[in-house]
Amino acid sequence: MSVYLDHAATTPIFDVAVKAMTDALIKVGNPSSLHTEGRSTRKDVEDARELIAKSVGCLPSEVIFTGSGTEADNAAIKGLFWKSGKRLILISAIEHHAVLDPARWLVEHEGAELIEIPVNKNGVLDLDFLTSLIAKRGDEVALISVMHSNNETGVIQPIAEVVKIAGDIPVHTDAVQSFTKTQLSYQDLGVTSMALSAHKVGGPHGIGALILKRAYEIPALLHGGGQEREIRSGTLNAPAIVAFAAAAASKNYDANRVNELRKRFEEGVLLSAPDAYINGVDAQRLPGISNVTFPGTQSDSLLLLMDSEKVSCSTGAACSAGVHRPSHVLLAMGHTEISAQSSLRFSLGANSTAADVDFALSVLPKVIERGRAANQK
Amino acid sequence: MKIIAAMSGGVDSAVAAARAVEAGHEVIGVHLALASNPQKYRSGARGCCTIEDSHDARRAADKIGIPFYIWDMAEEFHDGVVENFLSEYAAGRTPNPCLRCNEKIKFAAVLDRAKAMGFDGVVTGHYARTQIGPMGKTLHRAIDPLKDQSYVLAVLTTEQINGAIFPLGDTEKVDIRIEAEARGLAVAQKPDSHDICFVPSGDNAGWLRDRLGSEVGPIVDNAGNKIGEHKGAYTYTIGQRKGLGLTVPTADGSPRFVLKIEPVTNTVVVGAREELAVSKLVGEKTIWCGPAVDEKPLHGFAQVRAHGAALDCTYYFDGKNLVAELDKPLLGIANGQALVIYDGDRVVGSATICESA
Repeated sequence: MSVYLDHAATTPIFDVAVKAMTDALIKVGNPSSLHTEGRSTRKDVEDARELIAKSVGCLPSEVIFTGSGTEADNAAIKGLFWKSGKRLILISAIEHHAVLDPARWLVEHEGAELIEIPVNKNGVLDLDFLTSLIAKRGDEVALISVMHSNNETGVIQPIAEVVKIAGDIPVHTDAVQSFTKTQLSYQDLGVTSMALSAHKVGGPHGIGALILKRAYEIPALLHGGGQEREIRSGTLNAPAIVAFAAAAASKNYDANRVNELRKRFEEGVLLSAPDAYINGVDAQRLPGISNVTFPGTQSDSLLLLMDSEKVSCSTGAACSAGVHRPSHVLLAMGHTEISAQSSLRFSLGANSTAADVDFALSVLPKVIERGRAANQK
Repeated sequence: MKIIAAMSGGVDSAVAAARAVEAGHEVIGVHLALASNPQKYRSGARGCCTIEDSHDARRAADKIGIPFYIWDMAEEFHDGVVENFLSEYAAGRTPNPCLRCNEKIKFAAVLDRAKAMGFDGVVTGHYARTQIGPMGKTLHRAIDPLKDQSYVLAVLTTEQINGAIFPLGDTEKVDIRIEAEARGLAVAQKPDSHDICFVPSGDNAGWLRDRLGSEVGPIVDNAGNKIGEHKGAYTYTIGQRKGLGLTVPTADGSPRFVLKIEPVTNTVVVGAREELAVSKLVGEKTIWCGPAVDEKPLHGFAQVRAHGAALDCTYYFDGKNLVAELDKPLLGIANGQALVIYDGDRVVGSATICESA
């Protein structure tokens, strides 16, 4: 038996998405062409756009297809910054690199100033910090970016409150992990922009979406044929788009069921490793993510051992050389470098089962014992 | 057995891993990240420390069909190998960092971690052989004399040798490349690594100068007369003749050679070629690769450089140090070099040279 517990990295593509994609792959027609074939493909794309708009609570015209969630984040962070004419960027200290790195790039190349908003020990944004910062320097702020839920811990962030505090300042949210997993409405949140990705929701790789307020134009990263409100030129990837929509519209992901599975998993973990602790346990979390610290271990040893037992999980961050690094998310939550490097992320998905959880729990005691022994060397 | 294959990204460790799989072992490939700020690309012929090398190792593991991970040993490598290299030079000695890496990293940190994780040993692409006989598992020279790496492995204890597998020792390098080609390994024609992996430029003297400074000091003859100036004593090697920039010639016009480096007084001593000759080597920090030797003199071979000659000698352990008395004198020995003793092709043990006469 092999058990996949890394659904937050990517989750298996849904059958409905495979069907939609393969049907579209063998169809000819550029959605920008004016003839019969072009119009037919364009219809598929616009149907898909409406489905995605419906599932995220925005207008169809607010959906801009991109090549990935990372691209959507980059387009938003850089676009909102350039549009504003202001210098100060506020992001949470636990952003994904898709937000963190473009923000840092703007500091290095475009004269931006970056302030990271801290989180508490449960990984929830410090709203008081944000409030007093806005009171002092609100006029200088180009944009605020806070992820809807964190990819490493699953902790959900108070985005509606951030929007209230922000007033007129544009707010971007990376909702890649949240989409289809928890209550998420673009309109209700009131953010300016939002990033989504298909392969986290049962769709294919290489397709994402930037949700951007109607009639709110930002400078583009890609220039060309003028597709997608001239914000994202390039021939529309119709097969991936229709598959994305099919996955997003499916009801395959049962949040209650996944939440029950996680409860079963975390209870089992704490039974076999009483000194382990769940990061963000007291906060509101996504159903599927469980980030566990196992004191006295190194997570890359644990991952190798779990992998040899046919259980796939994640250590979180790795540098470009593939070397495991302490997670900036856990460090922001008050971890030391050592405890941050003793943590593993397990993430459940739409097709996870109780048998998966039980199998992972059955190999855990041996893995922890060996991981501890390896750490003492 | 369940074993870890240490994969540098070079051809040797890739073939070693493939052979271990074929021998029926359960093998997991591990690339050691040794540099804290790895370069993106290889420059020249230095291996082990670039992202490109870790990619090559990963692709070899893919081809062989084994799992692959990267272990971060940068801190251990820095503390155990790089710092040691610097402090040895600063003390006027000439260290060999490859021995330290085998002693502290590959067959210590890695082997210990592997064993704790339930593995039985570590396989590497070193050219050396092991044999099991009345003395237990012993370490021997590879059959390819040009590639033999038993010298840099002579820091392994019996316990470490028991956990080590060297599948390449019975094959010549040229055949390893042919085998790699036949196995479809993309690294088949990758150049061998030379020099010191953590000195990316290959400019050892410049690297040392950047870290230890380049304080000017005197070059003196054996009588103590100043005959020139040097720019950082540790950038000279014992036996060096060229680049001394001496202003006072010898009476008979014969060349001078570096005889001694004295870090405390920052002095380089030069003299005639004959003065370099030594016939007795004394080494401290002895490590036995098999049964320990006592004060009874035995005949064997001494080697003092990675690819140096095997010199006929009589060796013994005086209770504190390993001593080798050479049948014929040898020129240009520096303290800090490793003295490795062989009994035929078997590695007896090693010590760090602290005295020679």
